Amino acid sequence: MASQSPRTGMIEDLQLSRDEIRRYGRHLIMPEVGLSGQQKLKAASVLLIGAGGLGSPAALYAAAAGVGKIGIVDFDVVELSNLQRQIIHSTASIGRSKLDSAADRIRSLNPYVEVQPFEVQLTSENGLDILRDFDVIIDGTDNFPTRYLVNDACVLLGKPNVYGSIFRFEGQASVFDAKRGPCYRCLYPEPPPPGLVPSCAEGGVLGLLPGIVGTIQATEAVKIILGIGDVLYGRLLLFDALSMQFRQMKLRKNPECPVCGDHPTIRKLIDYEAFCGVTVQQADVGDSAVPHVSVHQLKELLDRGDDVVLLDVREPHEYDLVNISGYLIPLGDLPKRVNELDSSRQIVVLCHHGSRSAMAVRFLKQMGFTKVANLAGGIDQWAADIDSNLPRY
Amino acid sequence: MPTTVLIPTPLRGFTDKKASVVLDGETVGELLEQLASQYSGLRRHLFTDGGELRSFVNVYVNDEDIRSLQKNKTPVREDDVVSIIPAIAGGRF
Repeated sequence: MASQSPRTGMIEDLQLSRDEIRRYGRHLIMPEVGLSGQQKLKAASVLLIGAGGLGSPAALYAAAAGVGKIGIVDFDVVELSNLQRQIIHSTASIGRSKLDSAADRIRSLNPYVEVQPFEVQLTSENGLDILRDFDVIIDGTDNFPTRYLVNDACVLLGKPNVYGSIFRFEGQASVFDAKRGPCYRCLYPEPPPPGLVPSCAEGGVLGLLPGIVGTIQATEAVKIILGIGDVLYGRLLLFDALSMQFRQMKLRKNPECPVCGDHPTIRKLIDYEAFCGVTVQQADVGDSAVPHVSVHQLKELLDRGDDVVLLDVREPHEYDLVNISGYLIPLGDLPKRVNELDSSRQIVVLCHHGSRSAMAVRFLKQMGFTKVANLAGGIDQWAADIDSNLPRY
Repeated sequence: MPTTVLIPTPLRGFTDKKASVVLDGETVGELLEQLASQYSGLRRHLFTDGGELRSFVNVYVNDEDIRSLQKNKTPVREDDVVSIIPAIAGGRF
């Protein structure tokens, strides 16, 4: 890996100073790393897609381990609700760009690391240029369009793609390298349509779960750079924090994979938003095909005294946090409790942000309900725009 | 014969929160059909309208992907564990 790096030509750069020898002493005394391994790390570059839950521990450990150059792609701002898991940021960083916050933290941890920030959204236009100069890519994205983009760019450039994904108590990790095994498209040829799979913002995530999965990603990146051990090529590692179990599944290369198969049809980056059937607006309301009302429209209906049934499809523990006196039927219970609803009345369905309620609306329409609409933006939008006394979570 | 099917977290909302369900069947296809019949909310998450397994849902018998076995017709034995592993996107959030 390091031998492919354009930076390896600068041999004098790779000499470790007295200070670095002291810093990396616990590496240097291991024969699997040693001086040459530490120099490989110093010569290597790792690109993190996202400085969030997975990117936080990955960046910190890669930096501490002495990876010479760490690139980060992110354009978000640090928010209070990030700090439950995004440990590279701190309370004092709220409101700062995640890039600045992460870069400062990395430099304070290890001044020998060069940080290369990319304060942009990764796109089909800039993707190849950004990824090109890095040896290893760590995918810490939170959405399918970017995940497929990163995968395809890595295949096209021949880069290893260290994959991690999390949901609630469960995580997945693997290393995709089309030269050695399957890619993400071999695992999942197509993404789920928007709204069918809840995001972490909807489903929640145990704060330390990305700590474990992101650290696994950093571990694999370091192993790839050092050329040691068994890397997760062709294996999907599954972690369940509740049962505290690791399992692994075999992954096989799909000879018909459109990007890494025998006869690839994808030879350049495509439109990933279109591929995933999602636009930003759709992501916000769950699904544009679902009839919806805004929080302002709902307020008008209620103020007018119209007959409206508010159906809240969140979970009871969410309802306990904050509610607007909706009738509670959690989404998963809806099929067997649908007879509790009167299809002759106007029903407005709400959840936290509008995704689950969109699924509920679609289901109810299939069941023959006609007067049913989704509350766009959910109770969070209501709390933001209508009733600022309500807590937001 | 009874075989354990492991339900992933994102789909447990449709299985009364159960993390695993024991079902009777000779093949993976039979087990999944029973699962979707028993928990009707699950069906559209597992199958397309045409009844095909969705392309973002993988099913494994023990550690092998059924796509590399006999797909829906993959036989199952009593001590096999069938896992449903959907694509999840979380990370940066």
